[in-house]
Amino acid sequence: MSVSPEDFRFVSAFVRDAAAIVLESGKEYLVETRLGPVAERSGLDGIPSLVRELRRDRHGALARAVVDAMTTNETSFFRDVGPYQHLRQSVIPALIDARRADKRLSIWCAAASSGQEPYSLAMLLREHFPQLESWTVQFIATDISQAMLARCRNGVYSQLEVNRGLPAPLLVKYFQKKGLDWQVDERLRNWIEWREFNLVGRAWNSLPKFDLVLLRNVMIYFDVETKRGILANMRRVLRPDGYLFLGTAETTVNVDEGFQPESAHSSCFRQRAA
Amino acid sequence: MLALVVDDSAVIRTVLTRILSGLGYEVLSAIHGRDALNKLEAGASPALALVDWNMPEMNGYEFIRALRTDARWRSLPVMMVTTETEIEQVARALAAGANEYLMKPFTPEMVQDKLALLGLSPTQG
Ligand SMILES: C[S@@+](CC[C@H](N)C(=O)[O-])C[C@H]1O[C@@H](n2cnc3c(N)ncnc32)[C@H](O)[C@@H]1O
Repeated sequence: MSVSPEDFRFVSAFVRDAAAIVLESGKEYLVETRLGPVAERSGLDGIPSLVRELRRDRHGALARAVVDAMTTNETSFFRDVGPYQHLRQSVIPALIDARRADKRLSIWCAAASSGQEPYSLAMLLREHFPQLESWTVQFIATDISQAMLARCRNGVYSQLEVNRGLPAPLLVKYFQKKGLDWQVDERLRNWIEWREFNLVGRAWNSLPKFDLVLLRNVMIYFDVETKRGILANMRRVLRPDGYLFLGTAETTVNVDEGFQPESAHSSCFRQRAA
Repeated sequence: MLALVVDDSAVIRTVLTRILSGLGYEVLSAIHGRDALNKLEAGASPALALVDWNMPEMNGYEFIRALRTDARWRSLPVMMVTTETEIEQVARALAAGANEYLMKPFTPEMVQDKLALLGLSPTQG
């Protein structure tokens, strides 16, 4: 099955408007491999029919399924190791010190995918900062994909997923075996507040102020203007002395000069004093 | 750096050797725990050991316990690599002194990720 140039143009424009995802020409195969199954599940006989339906209704269940399918959800526990070391050794201790008077912390994982990133951070906090148990920690994790949020809430991971990057002592301590899969403890699942949130949407005002934001490996899919818009919003929800983490291949440099990378860790960013 | 691979399956030994070589290790392999202990006694000095659980002569669990009761190898980083996937088994291996645990089947990336957790990844250095 192949995608007509016209259908491809429509799908690219649709996912760009809905989720800022950039689908350059040459990525026709992505539309075929990812939307073929969506069409099938929706009882449509192929991508042309799917596009026809999408033209009729750009906000319904099919539209959501298309956005879900076109996002890339690659993730793993403690991805890249380094950022978590920096969080543990430097960022969290500094935040605990800075907030010791009112004992409040607010944390946001802004592209949670299937949940490995927020759960990694949650385990790190429980393991190394037990004093936070007596604090008020607001921990919000969001994604645009409802399917991913359902996975997050469930917290069920395959053996292959827990094999990747998750230290065995944490597996034993925070997971239960469920058939062939592994499920995160209820305590961690309920600690995190799971919400749907579109980074290119208009709901930024609904967010509280954060001390720490993980916005990792999602802006790589966006063009520069979209990145600028997101980082401008980020400056409003991140406290002036807060911390922003991006993916290892991402930066604010030459995108938003309101941020500057920390010298100790190049994927951690602080706001410049105004 | 030398890695010790202990597995009675020639296929797994080959697979792990290929992965570890790709990460810059030299590999010494042994076919069970007793064989591995003999090689250590003979002077081999690995920076890390990857150990299967179910093997003849001396299984991986017994091997790890033997390592941990001997001052020469007490702090050798050990990762269990096994088809045992029950949580009780993982807990037992850790209690016996394993530092990490990888369930078969695995990919080269998983081995690399685990080594990074042990602070042994070449990309970490
Ligand atoms: C590659 S994953 C990154 C997961 C995790 N942060 C990590 O670094 O491992 C990217 C995630 O971004 C989400 N995403 C894509 N576009 C988005 C948007 N416009 N708003 C919010 N989330 C989005 C996708 O659904 C996907 O789960």
